[in-house]
Amino acid sequence: MRFIFKTDYQQDIRVWRHGGDLFWYGLLLVSMIVAPTVLDDFYLGELSVVLVWAVAAIGLMLLVGYTGLVSLGHAAFLGIGAYTEAYLLGQGVPFLISFPLAGLVTAMAGVAIGVPTLRMTGLYLAIATLAFATIVEKVFSNWNSVTGGFDGLPVEYPSLFGYELAESWHFYYLCLCVLVAVIWFSTNLLRSPTGRAMVAIRDSEISAQSMGVNLAKYKTIAFAISAGITGLAGGLFAHYVQHLAPDAFSILLSIQLLLAVIVGGVGSIHGAIYGAIFIGILPQAIAILRDYLPSKIADTAGLEPGIFGLILVYIILAEPMGIYGRWLKIRFFFDLFPLYKKATFKRQKSFTKSERLR
Amino acid sequence: MSLLSAKNISIQFGGIRAVDDVSFDVEPGEVFTIIGPNGAGKTTIFNLISRIYDPSSGNLLFEGQDITEEKPHNIAKLGIARTFQNIELFEHASVLQNLLIGRHAHRNSNIFSELLFLPSVKRQEIAHREKAEEVIDFLDLQRYRDSLIANLPYGVRKVVELARALCTEPKIILLDEPSSGLNMEETDDMAFWIEDIKNDLGITVLMVEHDMKLVSAVSDRVIALNFGRVLAHGTAGEVQNDPEVIKAYLGE
Repeated sequence: MRFIFKTDYQQDIRVWRHGGDLFWYGLLLVSMIVAPTVLDDFYLGELSVVLVWAVAAIGLMLLVGYTGLVSLGHAAFLGIGAYTEAYLLGQGVPFLISFPLAGLVTAMAGVAIGVPTLRMTGLYLAIATLAFATIVEKVFSNWNSVTGGFDGLPVEYPSLFGYELAESWHFYYLCLCVLVAVIWFSTNLLRSPTGRAMVAIRDSEISAQSMGVNLAKYKTIAFAISAGITGLAGGLFAHYVQHLAPDAFSILLSIQLLLAVIVGGVGSIHGAIYGAIFIGILPQAIAILRDYLPSKIADTAGLEPGIFGLILVYIILAEPMGIYGRWLKIRFFFDLFPLYKKATFKRQKSFTKSERLR
Repeated sequence: MSLLSAKNISIQFGGIRAVDDVSFDVEPGEVFTIIGPNGAGKTTIFNLISRIYDPSSGNLLFEGQDITEEKPHNIAKLGIARTFQNIELFEHASVLQNLLIGRHAHRNSNIFSELLFLPSVKRQEIAHREKAEEVIDFLDLQRYRDSLIANLPYGVRKVVELARALCTEPKIILLDEPSSGLNMEETDDMAFWIEDIKNDLGITVLMVEHDMKLVSAVSDRVIALNFGRVLAHGTAGEVQNDPEVIKAYLGE
């Protein structure tokens, strides 16, 4: 077990807690960078999708996990980002401008939904964002001059400095850079006053307010940043599918993103990544599983949503902190081996405030 | 000049006058206590001062400035900090993070510098931590600094809430029942801390309290409230022996 002897404020502020962290994250980054030399195009494509989901999940995590505001409308933000990127590229705007603009436009859409719902929390906010997503989906399918309606909108390859990024490893590196940047920005945000204000709003609005946190301002900021990041993921998504159709951005996508956040572990960036891996890999795993199942089960129409639902129910019942929470327990087990007590993580009945994340 | 004055404030919830024409002046450097039976309107007065409620009539003055129309999130910046009767800490954050949220009113960075974590943000973070560390030292919270609030016992949470209020560097601190839920020993500690806050830090204290032993130990002046009206006004001893107050607590 590692005991950290704190002698410096920097130890609390910097991102890694000790040299071991730096080593493992460095190793992870290096293996991500060399991955294209090892993997073939199919697996590289799948890995790229996971990276896109990870960007979107981090966006949603900032809102759900850190600010405590539930959104069922993030498919709309993903869609707005995707259509903005595709439309701007189609108009001849260079990728280096269109991609940040996709994030910016989506962030403004986030403000547009964030401001009217300032006083809403929980279920009511979920319904309001769901309504917003439904409206946006209708706009996608009917605004023919911009989105191409149900005919869809083809997406051009992004090009950087006159060099077209058409290969799958190009796209993979693009996703990796965006993800690393997004992780870096969100980590910075979370260790500075804005991030703490968001956590304060999640845990107690009334005392956040008396500590000087402007609720309206920070909720709007949270919505804008969350939507903006999801919009960037949307921009990447557009390049992944290469042809946008409005039915891609339905309520199911919103639920899938929320699933990533909850299954991964609410309230941590790690959780968003684990959740993205989960929703990125599970459909493939189910597809492979179908080959081995008796045809009566394999051909059932609702197999995939069914399995998603079952896993969600199981996670909520058995592991409210998600995959990341489970990982922490496993790590703790090895840290303390052989002294681990089963009761360490038993949830205690508490007679003060509710323990659940709202 | 009084630090904080309430001038004939009233608030009405439907047909109930929770606070009815209450006036008082808190002088700098004193411990001023509001007592009264349940439902007398004590916490409502706190919520009026923190601007969570709007008074139906009357004015609140802080350092001579009218704060009746002030936004609730500007109150901390002016120098008014508070604690809550039922503890409103940020449960899923560590003690240190809670104290750092107490520094929010002193934030100078903007969101863009924070996204990049520029050196100015880092310097500010270190300055905030130095202040938080002073408060941790003052209230002996060293061994809890990295624990999650959700894992702390009730008595410690009370102290953490006090610490968080001190981190805002207030001129006046509003303590809503600092001793509720504490045992005898912890209540004694609380009395010492309130004395220290007044004498060493020079912060004025306005508190609501039921424990008369604590009230007599630390208060300079006391008012008694019942059904939103001021019954009596004076030192702890005078108010305790006032016939109206005895009647309010014990009946005829």
